[in-house]
Amino acid sequence: MNQTLTGKISERKLRNRTSFLQALRNSLTMAYRGLLKIRRTPEQLFDVTFQPIIFTLMFTYIFGGAISGNVHNYLPVIIPGILVQSVITTSIVTGVQLREDMDKGVFDRFKSLPIARIAPLAGALLADTIRYTIATTLTFLMGYIMGYRPDGGLGCVVIAGLMVIVCSWCISWIFAFFGVMARNATSVQGISMLVLFPLTFLSNAFVPVETMPDWLQWFVKINPISHLVTAVRDLANSGSIGWDFSISLIGAAVIVIIFAPITVKAYMRKA
Amino acid sequence: MNNINSHSARPENGEWAVEAHGLVKVFGDNRAVDGVDLNVKAGTIYGVLGPNGAGKTTTIRMLATLLRPDAGSAQIFGHDVMKEPQIVRQLIGVTGQYASVDETLSAIENLVIFGRLLGLGRKEAKQKADELLEEFGLTEAAKRPLKNFSGGMRRRLDLAASLISEPPLIFLDEPTTGLDPRTRNQMWETIRLLVKNGSTILLTTQYLQEADELADRIAVIDRGRVVAEGTGDELKASIGRSSLQLKIQNPLDFEKARRIVEQVLGVKSNVSPEGGKITAPMADADRVTDLLIALRAVGIQLEELSVQKPSLDEVFLAITGHGVKDEKQDPTEEMEVSV
Repeated sequence: MNQTLTGKISERKLRNRTSFLQALRNSLTMAYRGLLKIRRTPEQLFDVTFQPIIFTLMFTYIFGGAISGNVHNYLPVIIPGILVQSVITTSIVTGVQLREDMDKGVFDRFKSLPIARIAPLAGALLADTIRYTIATTLTFLMGYIMGYRPDGGLGCVVIAGLMVIVCSWCISWIFAFFGVMARNATSVQGISMLVLFPLTFLSNAFVPVETMPDWLQWFVKINPISHLVTAVRDLANSGSIGWDFSISLIGAAVIVIIFAPITVKAYMRKA
Repeated sequence: MNNINSHSARPENGEWAVEAHGLVKVFGDNRAVDGVDLNVKAGTIYGVLGPNGAGKTTTIRMLATLLRPDAGSAQIFGHDVMKEPQIVRQLIGVTGQYASVDETLSAIENLVIFGRLLGLGRKEAKQKADELLEEFGLTEAAKRPLKNFSGGMRRRLDLAASLISEPPLIFLDEPTTGLDPRTRNQMWETIRLLVKNGSTILLTTQYLQEADELADRIAVIDRGRVVAEGTGDELKASIGRSSLQLKIQNPLDFEKARRIVEQVLGVKSNVSPEGGKITAPMADADRVTDLLIALRAVGIQLEELSVQKPSLDEVFLAITGHGVKDEKQDPTEEMEVSV
């Protein structure tokens, strides 16, 4: 066995704090671990593959005629809406999987290592952006196949896609928090759906706001999901970046600032 | 010369690897750890012996910064576990009761990821992983997913993962529970080698034999308290080298038989938890002949008699006056008690 095991303590550089750089490096390693896991269990990607395809088809053909007169006119409305809904719903899975992962022994080892406390969480969340990317790409692709030709051009569509991915990563911290707090994976799923279902449907994602009663319009207009959907529509359909773009990113940042610390704290407290 | 060398390999900031005073952890109304003191000299193996639910794992988790003590204090090489947790984590390796490795990944992927997390470069991490897999005889299985690993392979990988950073102090929580005798012996060899190379090891076990075989000092822990502490020989001396078990035919003679046992062997006897059996520590197995003659002289007829090595149960009977089996179980741990 290795002679260096003696490991003199005086020779070790001991610090009680982790630098930002170390936190970043640790998180990226943890993200690498997440990607390896996805590669080993590709069936995890079923939902992000089929949900965008099925939902886009269903909603477009069911509501198209009723809302916009025909399917073609509905596409610029529904594609951004369904994109936001699909990708954010996908971020629930992050919380569920985190819960399952944390119940395994390997998280004990992560806790006993001298790494940044945020890394196991941030890394897992970071790896899941691959899921959001798949869902985003497939939704736009389905739209394209059905005849959606965004006027903003490819560049703006890519920016819109990236924005949705970034915002979903930020929002996934909320579900990560549920994941850390909840007793088991099923309850994470339950709580998260309960929060997300009203939020995505009480928005402008599927129907024009003007058709709703006044009191509901009031909520729909302050709903952050509406702002995100509008921002995507502006970008994809007219290539413009407006107030909704900024407010979406600011809102997403606020979520991280609030939820990342309390999630890490809760994670640390859980034995 | 040799002596001086081995001494200088030890930490210079004091000779204690672990100093814990009055550690307490309460879960609900269960005082899992109730004032534990532990002092572990650097460069030694220290055994914590006790049944399931005695508080062994909880104690280790507190020392390894995985659990915050409700009271008391603990230092690892002079660094406080609560005030300087990140420093403590740089000095320890932890191998848990349940293998703390990633099931979905292969052995080499596991080790590389832990190596990267510990600050090794891509190449170094790979090299270190290869080295450790070789040392632990896992090279052939390196690329296979862990799902197909046997219990022994998992434990070895788990221990290998704890050694990546070459920590001066290693916690082993029941390293051999559930292993077959051959793999257990391999694990013992590995543990001895680690200490020979200067590491300090704190291990928990349910088996007196294991603690006896490996540890320089042993703490017996029961209901969250240390009830006895000393070298293996000191502990054994307190309970006798071997243990007598005696069952007699006529229950009416029970008290009389107990008196004779105590007279002949000169020790205090106990009644086994299953009832009906007299147990007593024996310093010398040869004394059993005297005992048999004495029993025949008063006409007590035997049903069963055996002389055994002391079991954990008897250590407990001797030290605490109650058996392992009436131990209140920690609900989070398994109910099975190995004696």
